[in-house]
Amino acid sequence: MSLSAQLPALQVVLPLLSAPLAVLLRRGWLAFAVVTAAAWAAFAIAIGLWLQVDALPSNGVISYHIGSWAPPWGIEYRIDRLTSFVLVLVSGMAALVLPYSRASIAREIPQESHYLFYAMLGLCLAGLLGITITGDAFNVFVFLEISSLSAYVLIALGRDRRALAASYRYLIMGSIGATFIVIGIGFLYLMTGTLNLADMAARIGAIESSRPVLAALAFLTVGISLKLALFPLHQWLPNAYTYAPSAVTAFLAATATKVSVYVLIRFYFSVFGDSLVFHKLPLPQLMLWLSLLALFAASFIAIFQDNLKRLFAYSSVGQIGYITLGLSFDSVNGLTASIVHLFNHGIAKAAIFLLIGALVVGIARPGAAPPAPTFDRLAGLARRMPLTSFGIVIAGLSLIGVPGTAGFISKWYLVLAALEKGQLWLVGAILLSSLLAVAYVWRFVEAAYFQAPPPGRELKREAPLSLLIPAWVLVLASVWFGLDTSLTLGSAVEVAEGLVRHRP
Amino acid sequence: MIEHFSYIVTVFLMVAGLYVVIARGNLIKKLVGLSIFQTSVYLLYIAPGKLIGGTAPILAPQYGIYSNPLPHVLILTAIVVGIATLALGLALAVRIREVYGTIEEDEILALDHQVEAAQEPRGEQREEKGA
Repeated sequence: MSLSAQLPALQVVLPLLSAPLAVLLRRGWLAFAVVTAAAWAAFAIAIGLWLQVDALPSNGVISYHIGSWAPPWGIEYRIDRLTSFVLVLVSGMAALVLPYSRASIAREIPQESHYLFYAMLGLCLAGLLGITITGDAFNVFVFLEISSLSAYVLIALGRDRRALAASYRYLIMGSIGATFIVIGIGFLYLMTGTLNLADMAARIGAIESSRPVLAALAFLTVGISLKLALFPLHQWLPNAYTYAPSAVTAFLAATATKVSVYVLIRFYFSVFGDSLVFHKLPLPQLMLWLSLLALFAASFIAIFQDNLKRLFAYSSVGQIGYITLGLSFDSVNGLTASIVHLFNHGIAKAAIFLLIGALVVGIARPGAAPPAPTFDRLAGLARRMPLTSFGIVIAGLSLIGVPGTAGFISKWYLVLAALEKGQLWLVGAILLSSLLAVAYVWRFVEAAYFQAPPPGRELKREAPLSLLIPAWVLVLASVWFGLDTSLTLGSAVEVAEGLVRHRP
Repeated sequence: MIEHFSYIVTVFLMVAGLYVVIARGNLIKKLVGLSIFQTSVYLLYIAPGKLIGGTAPILAPQYGIYSNPLPHVLILTAIVVGIATLALGLALAVRIREVYGTIEEDEILALDHQVEAAQEPRGEQREEKGA
């Protein structure tokens, strides 16, 4: 067998192996080299898989049998267009965050635990890629726990002691979520007798209205919603993002919740198909109202935060509302908006959190550990750190959805989907919630550009390039994907049409 | 009623565990509840896979009925995951005890609020000194 046929397995195995290797090597820079190499290899493999999917006819699937055991008995890795899209996002984000993390954690984490940081990041990456690529329901749970457990450790590495409490809280809520998911999978297994997602989808039609299947759907919805921080289940997120090390916040914000959205799409559209989700239970209405609540409540809370990191953490909860709103429409345009926003929000929010990491380095006193980015420390920042401030503004524009940025594309499709349903008030709600985003981004603009810097701090002191370059790559990407949408939008439309129109 | 015995036990453990996680403020007791909750899921998988009188799946003429081995294998993995979660949770509780001096959730929250309240005036003072 040639190497290109083994890419699906290598996609997960390389980051997974890099983690114990990093622990064995113990030296910070050696661990860094190993995990970074694995992340870049994973990124290259993800692109390779993308090209392989591209070469297939429309809606083609690469099926990889682990250990050559044929599905549905053996574990199958299935890569279609959506899988490959998410794989590129996750591994690309890891490939960018890792070079950044070396300079960032030097100031935030004690030297002797650096190798553990890299090991955990490698493990988290392996878990997230595994969730995405696998076609086996129980495998989803196992990889979910691999990524979650390493994420708890990464958050607990934050310098503030509140990071520990935040991590503990995330552990409790995350484990409840994962257990709900495994209960849901258990019911589905009991009813269908299979764990292979594609096989499950084929068998579920005959028993779709039986009570265990409906219970499974409810358990899966609640469990996955906890993981993706849907509005009333988001309480773990703000503190976890605020007190985690900057690189960790950026990586998790861009990938962990997005992969959970992917799992939700998989179960809703691929396994259950349309009949169950959208007719037997009032799930679309529930999703719609919770999403609207997220858009308004979370964005509103964000406006009044004193800590910039916390502000954008609440903004994340609001932005996830847009993604779930798109799902609730159950239409090609709605699903397209969700998938595009999953990508666009991921890169914009990662850019912002990476830049905040650069910002705290800039406002720290020489030799001291970086302080919390509270607004009283940001006055006149644009004069001291012009590149960092400008980057946050551009990425913030993408969060608002200004034309010319990536965020506009996803909101445009969301508005199209709402119009298609004839719900004009929803268009108003989407636009109104964007105004809330304007308000919280403006708070940063006002502090950084219109307030005078405190005396003695006028000197220009930009963050090191090792922090700025990865962040600016993402900032430019969020402008690029607003202008050239063939890659993101093209594939999202293809995926959405495949999932909505050609249901099993 | 009696044929649903295993389900009744499962649901009781599930709800009891979840209740302990939500209702208790002590970090260790929360973890105990979480463990009970996770254990109930093991039962949910294992019990339906077992046939009374069934053996392990041995292909031999004298064994006719055998239990489904797959749930056992799945739950073996789930047990490992559960232990890892519990270990990490306990490690976090130890670290929290070291830095906060307590493992009661309300006391931890109160300490955090104290710190936040103390930080704000200090920030203003620093500005004044600078001026």
